[in-house]
Amino acid sequence: MAGSSIMENLFQRTLEDLIKGMRLQLIGESAFISKAVEEIRREIKSTDPHTKSTALHKLCYLSAIHGLDISWAAFHAVELMSSSRFSHKSVGYHAAALSFHDATPVLLLTTNQLRKDLSSPNPFEASLALQTLSRIATVDLARDLTPEVFSLLSSGRVFVRKKAIAVVLRVFDKYPDAVRVCFKRLVENLESSDPQIVSAVVGVFCELASRDPRSYLPLAPEFYRVLVDCKNNWVLIKVLKIFAKLAPLEPRLAKRIVEPICEIMRATGAKSVMFECVRTVLTSLGDHDSGIKLAVSKVKELLVDEDPNLRYLGLQALSVASEKHLWAVLENKESVIKSLSDEDSNIRVESLRLVMAMVSESNVTEISGVLVNYALKSDPEFCNEILGSVLTTCSRNVYEIVVDFDWYVSLLGEMARIPNCQESEEIERQLIDIGMRVKDARLQLVRVARDLLIDPALLGNACLHRILCAAAWVAGEYIDFAGNLFEIIDALLQPRTNLLPPSIRAVYIHSALKVLVFCLDCYLMQNEDGNLVVGQSDPFIGKRCSVAPESATCQSSNLEQHDDLTFDPRNTTGSPEDLSVFENNADTAVTQGPAITHEYMLGLVDRIELVLAPLTANQDVEVLDRASNILAFVRLVKAELIDNASQKANTADKKDTQVSAIITLMRDAFVTDLGPVSVSAQGRVAVPDGLDLKENLDDLSALCGDIELPSSSSFGIGGPQFGTSSDATSTGLLKNEESGLVNESTSLLEHRKRHGLYYLPSEKNEISQYDYPPANDPRSNSNSDEAAELAKLTEQSLVLKKKPNQTKPRPVVVKLDDGDVVPLPISYKRPEPRDDSLSGAIKDILLGSTTKPSSSQSNPSDKSSSKRKEKKKQVAADIPSQIKENLGDAEGPGLENPGSSSKDHDYVKERRERGKEKIVEGEGHDQKARKKKSSHRHGKHKTRQKANSPLNVVSQTPEIPDFLL
Amino acid sequence: MIRAVLVMNTQGRPRITKFYEFWPVEKQHEAIRNVFSVLCSRAEHVSNFVDAESIFGPDSRLVYKHFATLYFVLIFDSSENELAMLDLIQVFVETLDKCFRNVCELDIVFNYSKIHAILDEIIFGGQVLETSSTEVMKAVEEITKLEAASNAINLVSKSVSNWRSR
Repeated sequence: MAGSSIMENLFQRTLEDLIKGMRLQLIGESAFISKAVEEIRREIKSTDPHTKSTALHKLCYLSAIHGLDISWAAFHAVELMSSSRFSHKSVGYHAAALSFHDATPVLLLTTNQLRKDLSSPNPFEASLALQTLSRIATVDLARDLTPEVFSLLSSGRVFVRKKAIAVVLRVFDKYPDAVRVCFKRLVENLESSDPQIVSAVVGVFCELASRDPRSYLPLAPEFYRVLVDCKNNWVLIKVLKIFAKLAPLEPRLAKRIVEPICEIMRATGAKSVMFECVRTVLTSLGDHDSGIKLAVSKVKELLVDEDPNLRYLGLQALSVASEKHLWAVLENKESVIKSLSDEDSNIRVESLRLVMAMVSESNVTEISGVLVNYALKSDPEFCNEILGSVLTTCSRNVYEIVVDFDWYVSLLGEMARIPNCQESEEIERQLIDIGMRVKDARLQLVRVARDLLIDPALLGNACLHRILCAAAWVAGEYIDFAGNLFEIIDALLQPRTNLLPPSIRAVYIHSALKVLVFCLDCYLMQNEDGNLVVGQSDPFIGKRCSVAPESATCQSSNLEQHDDLTFDPRNTTGSPEDLSVFENNADTAVTQGPAITHEYMLGLVDRIELVLAPLTANQDVEVLDRASNILAFVRLVKAELIDNASQKANTADKKDTQVSAIITLMRDAFVTDLGPVSVSAQGRVAVPDGLDLKENLDDLSALCGDIELPSSSSFGIGGPQFGTSSDATSTGLLKNEESGLVNESTSLLEHRKRHGLYYLPSEKNEISQYDYPPANDPRSNSNSDEAAELAKLTEQSLVLKKKPNQTKPRPVVVKLDDGDVVPLPISYKRPEPRDDSLSGAIKDILLGSTTKPSSSQSNPSDKSSSKRKEKKKQVAADIPSQIKENLGDAEGPGLENPGSSSKDHDYVKERRERGKEKIVEGEGHDQKARKKKSSHRHGKHKTRQKANSPLNVVSQTPEIPDFLL
Repeated sequence: MIRAVLVMNTQGRPRITKFYEFWPVEKQHEAIRNVFSVLCSRAEHVSNFVDAESIFGPDSRLVYKHFATLYFVLIFDSSENELAMLDLIQVFVETLDKCFRNVCELDIVFNYSKIHAILDEIIFGGQVLETSSTEVMKAVEEITKLEAASNAINLVSKSVSNWRSR
């Protein structure tokens, strides 16, 4: 046995051999690794610790560098940890730190070894153990090793003590009760003369305070002292971070620290400290003008620095400031805009964000214009970044900052044409959204849509299809604003539309139907008025449309190709002056009747038939369906038109014909305005009797597992599968009845029967009655009783009561009071400060020494804040803290907690006695203290704390030896 | 808190990886690949920040420095100062330089445990504990001595390995 181990030892490859071997392998590295691992697996079982340690060492290397999973070697790591030789031990600890996690089973075996090494006289062994503990500590380890860590907190060796301090963070995290033991000593270390120790403690508090700042407010005096006295930049940064967290909680504290921080900002030579001061002032001391001014002047320096890092951070600081102090950004406008063309993408993105922050009602036109032009020139990624932020900024809060919608709609059109545009989805959404919300923008919207539609080149760009879809919809829906009906219908039917995906093609066809109906309607109207001038060769359609020259040429050539109608190309080249005339006529655009000749109508109808006939064989149902609909309609109309043509003179009774009735009907159907639909619309639907929305339907999925999915889709929409799916559910119902779970399924089925087609139509009805869904619908309020549960969920009931505010001198933008934006879950429940056990424990400790009458005098801010906090948490706070609170307010607290154990009673008695002592002692201090500066006062306060702490520790954790006495 | 220290060469091979919270190794290496793909696309003389939230989750920042063939990367959260972290990379590199006299990539490749000893002295459980390279060197030398001493007891293996390496 011994022989074999020597042999192993002799021929074992060391880590260095392994690395060398690996570097020689130009190919097949993975094969080499797996071979090495095979070897290691053999070696690691060796009884010789040296062989084992070398094997594990190699394994660690492979894990760290080549990403090998080494969790299988966990036990070997534990074995080596207990080796007496330092080199083996360190390999074991290293492997543990590398691969152990909370679920590693062998963790349980490490407790004793860790304990032994933590109390080892060799500081390096203790250091190893601490190092590993900081990575692997679990609840159990933290609990069991708290005494060892506690004693190391006052170790004579700085080397170990600072690590013990750092490990406390993890221990507190895992086992909050350790706070009761270690906290006092941790705080004491703040006063250490050794800068390394202070640095470590401040670091720990910085982490702790970032999780729950309120608990550390009582320590503010100590941190203040560090802030004022400390010269170490690392420590200063951390203290500043702590104050950035604490200052917003206590205005008086903010007032105290603003001057020292400004002093540091002025004096320091370290950019990091300076930047941290700037950030602290801007984030947390926003009410102190002198500080802000100084910080902004420092930011100004950063912005023009040569170092891109400083420029970047300067911009970041500005964006922090932009929320409250926009003037700071405006002051640095030039540097910010200059940064837009920086070679560093970080800086560009950051400055873009700032530029967008500067956007307001008055300058949105210029800034967006400049940015969109700039986007044309920049690289695709940044281009889309720009477009995205322009779109978000302008649409924020239902287009709050947009006054001139004509401009904005044109801008959207421009954006759509930018070659690299990836924002088509958002542009699509906004085009439709503006159409529905802003009546006054529709004219321009249709014009923009037309420009997009008639450009055949755009159809070839798949990125634009979504936008074209919106354009087609807009053109169809608001056709009454269109200058030239014919070119729109031609654009909608142009042959290149076959490049579109079917779903969008369907929109095109549907829009064509809307336009056709509108044409026919106009035609009928004009005939009715007797305005028909047969053979009029100069219809004023041409005058009414404005076409950009370049698009006009391509459009007219395009139209000529496939246009068998008498379409005069010069009509399309309308001059811009005509535009204004048309705008005046916009409202009465319907009266363009004279343009529509009988021949033209016939031609149009023929053409639609010609173009759409092939589509009745289209594979896509949407296209097929719509094409057949429109064809059927066209054929019906055509017959009548020809009929009429023969008796053209007699147009008086035309109105009575069947077709005109149909056309009027169709027109009426399309003329209704569609309004925006509130996201909470469904919430207004009353919950029917017998429907329990909160019912847990988990069981259902198990029961319906074998049923096809369609049942869920028919739930909301109905549709063709409705019948089958309800069959499916009824089989589900049978099953349910068999299994005895009748409730859920019957209510679901019933609900489906009654409301399968209910949700959407109910909203539709509202629309047709009121044009737009009424913002403060009284009925929805009355519904709110029944729908209380849903209302609660969406929080709309709160917002419903507000009156709409549309007093701005700009086009009316339809806003739904509720549900334009999905309510954030955060706003629903004001997040209570986390009341986890850690902060609870810390409060215990800190309140134990501060929430006394005496201390309330010496440090009123601490007292009040901690009391407030205590009251808030009373329900959740654990028993001892309640008792202490009671003790602070009134004597005789024990009775109030009849449930608490006898141990607690003892504890209370002890505390009460001590409390009395403290009052006396504290007052004495106080009188002296009042005359001194408050920083000194804090010092006194501190000594008092110290005097009490050992007793406190003993009282709570008798098993821990008291090292201070 | 510092979440991770990464050193990789300009080909994207990791040279040092140290994560201060548990990450499964596959995820570690995926993150390293992602970081590298961002780093190698960045020009020289631009800022040393990279948006890390897409790779390391919310509240994570990344600074890096490029020395010769190596990228030194630190990932940390909002309780660290970005410029201080850049300084920390400098401290680390300086310490390596002192330790190996003109440190190069090969030194880092072949001195796995020493590098980790240095790093562990500077950053402990994600917190910066030591920023003076002299102090770090002192501690590391002690540790090296201690390891050598404990190995020296094992005379057989030592002499054998000496003989073998000759």
